[in-house]
Amino acid sequence: MHGRPRKAPKPEDTAASAAKAEKLRALQSQLLHNHHNRIYTKEALEISAKLLEANPESYTAWNYRKLAVEHNLKQSESDPDSVKSILSEELKVVLIQVENSLKHNFKSYGAWHHRQWILSKGHSSVDHELQLLDRFQKADSRNFHAWNYRRFVAALKGISDEEELKYTTKLIEANFSNYSAWHNRSVLLSRLLQNKVKGSFPKEKVLVEEFEFVHQALFTDPDDQSGWFYHLWLLDQTVKSETPLLVSSWPAHGSDIIISADGCLDGCAFSPFTSFISDAGTFPLILYFNEVVEGVSSSTVTVKSMFNVNKDLIWEPLATSNSCAAQAWVTHLNVPDGKLHPSTAYPIDVHLGNPQGIVSSNGSHCSHSSQFAFTVAVHPLNSEHAEKQGGKEMILWRDVNFRFYDAHIQESSLIVYFDLLSIEKDHEPAASKWHARILANEITLVRQLLSEIDCKIGKLTLARLLTAHDAMMPYMASHSHKKVHFAEVLQLYGDLIELDPMHHQYYKEALSMTLFQQHLRVTSNVENLLKHCCHHRVSSSSSVSNSTCLRLNNLSLSRIGCVKHLLWVQMLDLSRNELRSIDGLEALQLLSLLNLSHNKLSSFTALQPLRLLKLLKVLDISYNEIGAHPIDTRRYLCSSPLSHTVGSDWNFNEFVPEDAKVTNYWESFAIFRGLNLTQLDIVGNAVTDEKFKSFLFKVLPTLKWLDGEELH
Amino acid sequence: MDDTPPYPPIEPTSFDLIVIGTGLPQSVIAAAASSAGKSVLHLDNNSFYGGHFSSLNLEEFSSFLTSQSSISSSQPNPPPSAAAAAAAADAVDHVALDLRTRPMYSDVEITSHCSDLLEHSRKYNLDVSGPRVLFCADAVVNLMLKSGASEYLEFKGIDASFVCDADGQFSTVPDSRAAIFKDRTLSLTEKNQLMRFFKLVQGHLAASDEAENDANGRISEEDLESPFVEFLNKMRLPPKIKSYRSHRPFLSYIVLYAIAMADYDQDEIEVCKDKLNTKNGIDRLALYHSSVGRFTNAPGALIYPIYGQGELPQAFCRRAAVKGCLYVLRMPVIALLMEKESGHCKGVRLASGQDIFCQKLLVDPSFVLSVPVAPSQLDCLPESPQVINQVDAKQKVVRGVCIMKNSLKPDVTNFVFVYPPRSLYPEQVMVIRAIQIGSNLAVCPSGMFVLYLSTLCNDATQGKELLQAAIKSLFTLPVSGIPENSSSVDSENMEEVKPTLLWSALYTQELATGSYESINSTSMPDGNLNYNVLLDATVKLFHQMYPQEELFPETTSPENFEDDDALSP
Repeated sequence: MHGRPRKAPKPEDTAASAAKAEKLRALQSQLLHNHHNRIYTKEALEISAKLLEANPESYTAWNYRKLAVEHNLKQSESDPDSVKSILSEELKVVLIQVENSLKHNFKSYGAWHHRQWILSKGHSSVDHELQLLDRFQKADSRNFHAWNYRRFVAALKGISDEEELKYTTKLIEANFSNYSAWHNRSVLLSRLLQNKVKGSFPKEKVLVEEFEFVHQALFTDPDDQSGWFYHLWLLDQTVKSETPLLVSSWPAHGSDIIISADGCLDGCAFSPFTSFISDAGTFPLILYFNEVVEGVSSSTVTVKSMFNVNKDLIWEPLATSNSCAAQAWVTHLNVPDGKLHPSTAYPIDVHLGNPQGIVSSNGSHCSHSSQFAFTVAVHPLNSEHAEKQGGKEMILWRDVNFRFYDAHIQESSLIVYFDLLSIEKDHEPAASKWHARILANEITLVRQLLSEIDCKIGKLTLARLLTAHDAMMPYMASHSHKKVHFAEVLQLYGDLIELDPMHHQYYKEALSMTLFQQHLRVTSNVENLLKHCCHHRVSSSSSVSNSTCLRLNNLSLSRIGCVKHLLWVQMLDLSRNELRSIDGLEALQLLSLLNLSHNKLSSFTALQPLRLLKLLKVLDISYNEIGAHPIDTRRYLCSSPLSHTVGSDWNFNEFVPEDAKVTNYWESFAIFRGLNLTQLDIVGNAVTDEKFKSFLFKVLPTLKWLDGEELH
Repeated sequence: MDDTPPYPPIEPTSFDLIVIGTGLPQSVIAAAASSAGKSVLHLDNNSFYGGHFSSLNLEEFSSFLTSQSSISSSQPNPPPSAAAAAAAADAVDHVALDLRTRPMYSDVEITSHCSDLLEHSRKYNLDVSGPRVLFCADAVVNLMLKSGASEYLEFKGIDASFVCDADGQFSTVPDSRAAIFKDRTLSLTEKNQLMRFFKLVQGHLAASDEAENDANGRISEEDLESPFVEFLNKMRLPPKIKSYRSHRPFLSYIVLYAIAMADYDQDEIEVCKDKLNTKNGIDRLALYHSSVGRFTNAPGALIYPIYGQGELPQAFCRRAAVKGCLYVLRMPVIALLMEKESGHCKGVRLASGQDIFCQKLLVDPSFVLSVPVAPSQLDCLPESPQVINQVDAKQKVVRGVCIMKNSLKPDVTNFVFVYPPRSLYPEQVMVIRAIQIGSNLAVCPSGMFVLYLSTLCNDATQGKELLQAAIKSLFTLPVSGIPENSSSVDSENMEEVKPTLLWSALYTQELATGSYESINSTSMPDGNLNYNVLLDATVKLFHQMYPQEELFPETTSPENFEDDDALSP
């Protein structure tokens, strides 16, 4: 029951509950006796009824009753008439019992489940259930047990979703502070929209109506969050595409990839986005979807190339958990044989030929058979420069090692590349029009509300709306809408952090996502990105640039965003931010040099995405907070040292010093094992000591430099 | 009263209190005095309970109004019989002063456009004091629960509340959070403003409830003393209505006239006799808001008794009877017995000729004492009043009752509505209050509807004009001569055609307030929708009469108190 204040128990209450406990214990032991001896007589059942009346939370008693029912059913199997009468009699008794316990305690899981179990036997009238529910929902219209049960009864009775939708409208109109009713509405609507019942549910119309409905709640009482939550759900329905879409890839559509086996690309006009150094004879092909999908395989995606047989390609999901679903998928293609045709560009064609097989987490199938093509050329081996191959010198991340791009020279190639970056074309031009219209309308209304009243959740919603609006811009044909709101969004999140310090971390992450978008946004003006792209020189004296580094340092980022624009990155500087997590980096399959120093990473577990970066050579995680927090809330996401699936081919004990704190060692072991790091900086974390360092040498046999010291 | 029934003698002949007239205030006091252990004789010269607060069938209603109106005032009350005069002469220590009723109604106009209506006369229960409803949180509701009178009657919730305009268009009154949410005629911004205003009031009330002098959330004293209309303006509820025929009433209109129930145009300082200040305005909102949701089976703030408002005095009378009060109906009192020495009333003389003595007397305000001509008698009653009560001669209330076959608003049966000032014509300064009640409240045969209207006025003619304008906006008035066919015309175009007026009664009622003198008297029904003002005066009167006694000491068990089921079906 909602709205009942907590009170400290009075002495007489304590005495009463002690007496009750005494009684319960007696009943309980009797019940257990009957249970163990499989006594299902009438008297025995009555004892369980009494116990449940006093304590509806006694799961054993509920289970005992279930067994009793099953037992009695089996007993009279031969006589169908007596089966029915015994059953209905038994059910009646149980139903009364359930009803009684429901009266005492609305939130008894056992009672609701038992009732559900009896009904699912299919011998009792369901009509009575709706009356019962009406009573309960009148007493407490937000009781989620009742709502769950309602869904069950509605399904059993075959009540249409439209009918149930009307019921939620009725309850919301009576009192719109009802999360349960709004939630049920969203459940029913998603089903209706998905099934497109009778064709009378055009998504646009439904969403516009629902937005209008929820506006009544938002404006009447903006302090009530239930409406806002529904609004958020509606916004999500508006913004997200109905089916999964391929939004980005590496290599990008129309790009000409140059692959070098020796890392030297001097002399040819290369772009940082299209050159790749391969020493394994393969290069990755990355597909990046707008949501987590399953089913990317050689049967759903066809790759036509001279050097690969499509069906041999193995697609891997880039997910940190052991699931077979991911937003980013990778396969490895063979490098064309350079000796045959040096500097010839070989075309490669990628086609999502069977998009139906690609399924999102909510079960919708990819419907758009995206297609893209690129060429691959191999840079001839140049022995003269072989000495300068990466890994021979220590990488330094000092500012002097970086040189900004000369905008005049590089701009053209960058622009070309950026136009290619995004695969999303106007898939649904008609649809995007109403999407944009809804968003624009929502933005106007929330602004109007904020002009009346200062309201945190209104600000948050406005920020979300503006972000969604900006994100939709590439879809929009008309340039009149192409106004970006980054500054306003940043301002809103900044306000929120001040207004609501309790949730500042949440706002900070949202802010961070916006920052990513701001810095990496795809517009005709690439100056933004250019500011962050630098040549990296191994030594300040050297004029030769080995790689291009994306520098996103010192931007107060707390979370990785905009991954779809980052797939090309090989060298990434994220130092001096506020990162607590690096989720998303796993899609950056080309990444070989990564600087995460001076962030707020608090455990090795947070580095989980690195395990998927097979090319990672250089890692700087110095000056983070690894080991500083005794309790790591993310720990349970990491597989345990006792699990058989991880590390079975490694003998962990072999590496760990006897008196070491196992958790830290285990975590770092689980992260670093199998990585081919040549350079690691880990100084400035609580975890590091000499013992730990020597442990790391063992785990990472390829390591050449640790904390700036060359190892021998 | 044409043929005098044989009066049985009343035993005993002396009471602590004699109450004449069974109107609501008298019934409450009779019940309260009985509960306090007083012996009470409750008399009424009518054959029914309730007097000016009764609900009557169609025939009774007409005859009651005409018998009590100024037209019939020429008809004299039965003259004191010779026996009475003789008895008076016999008495040594007291004199008998003739008690007459004076007309409380005037300009009674009863029009029937439908002859077969009277056939079902007995199926009607028309409120003489209509329009009246009860707020769920009203004092009278509490009093009924406390006294146990609630056992004798049932209520139903009023379904809706509207503001009406000259075209007969109804706009809903968004009087609660749920109603604001539902009302699609309000703009989103208005919803926000109105709800914020309600929250402000609620916050103020909550802060005022707390013992600490925490200024947080409270409305400042300065604001509380300011006119409510200015406060609404300050809270950005748009004030003035630009044209009197605005498409939709403004928020402040709704708050002032449909929720705070102000009677006078609050914007016109010159004509506004009763300018609501913020404090009172907020008290009225508080009553409204605490009423919404008090009883789970009442949808809104208002409830109405099944079988009509006349059930209320009857319920208290039954309560009084249970506590030992003696009831005698159809028993006119012809004279009061006044003590010569003190001028105090010490008893009454009944139409039967019997003299009954009492400590205290309580009468209906419609009675007047005839001043004896003989100067010898005058001497001994130096301050004997001619009229028992001072009648507020200036202000009157005009009431109207209409009967129709169709609801004024197709989808609702029982509802309250209001014509704010200037809604009918620009010169309108007074509010009209109205309710429509359908047959499910057992006030009329099934399929029929009863409409009650009232307005306060200084000038009966103006008041009547105003009500007539309202009636004109609501009904298709039947063409005289062919009243029977009008209903068939309706059916051709049901949606647009307004209901046809079948029967109507318009009458002016005097507003007389009670007094506490040697003879106590109660008030006439006032111009409000509920009984709060009336009841306040009644409670005060009871305490003046019996300063030692508590009004209905708690006898019912506490769990019965505020029991939902006891009040509504």
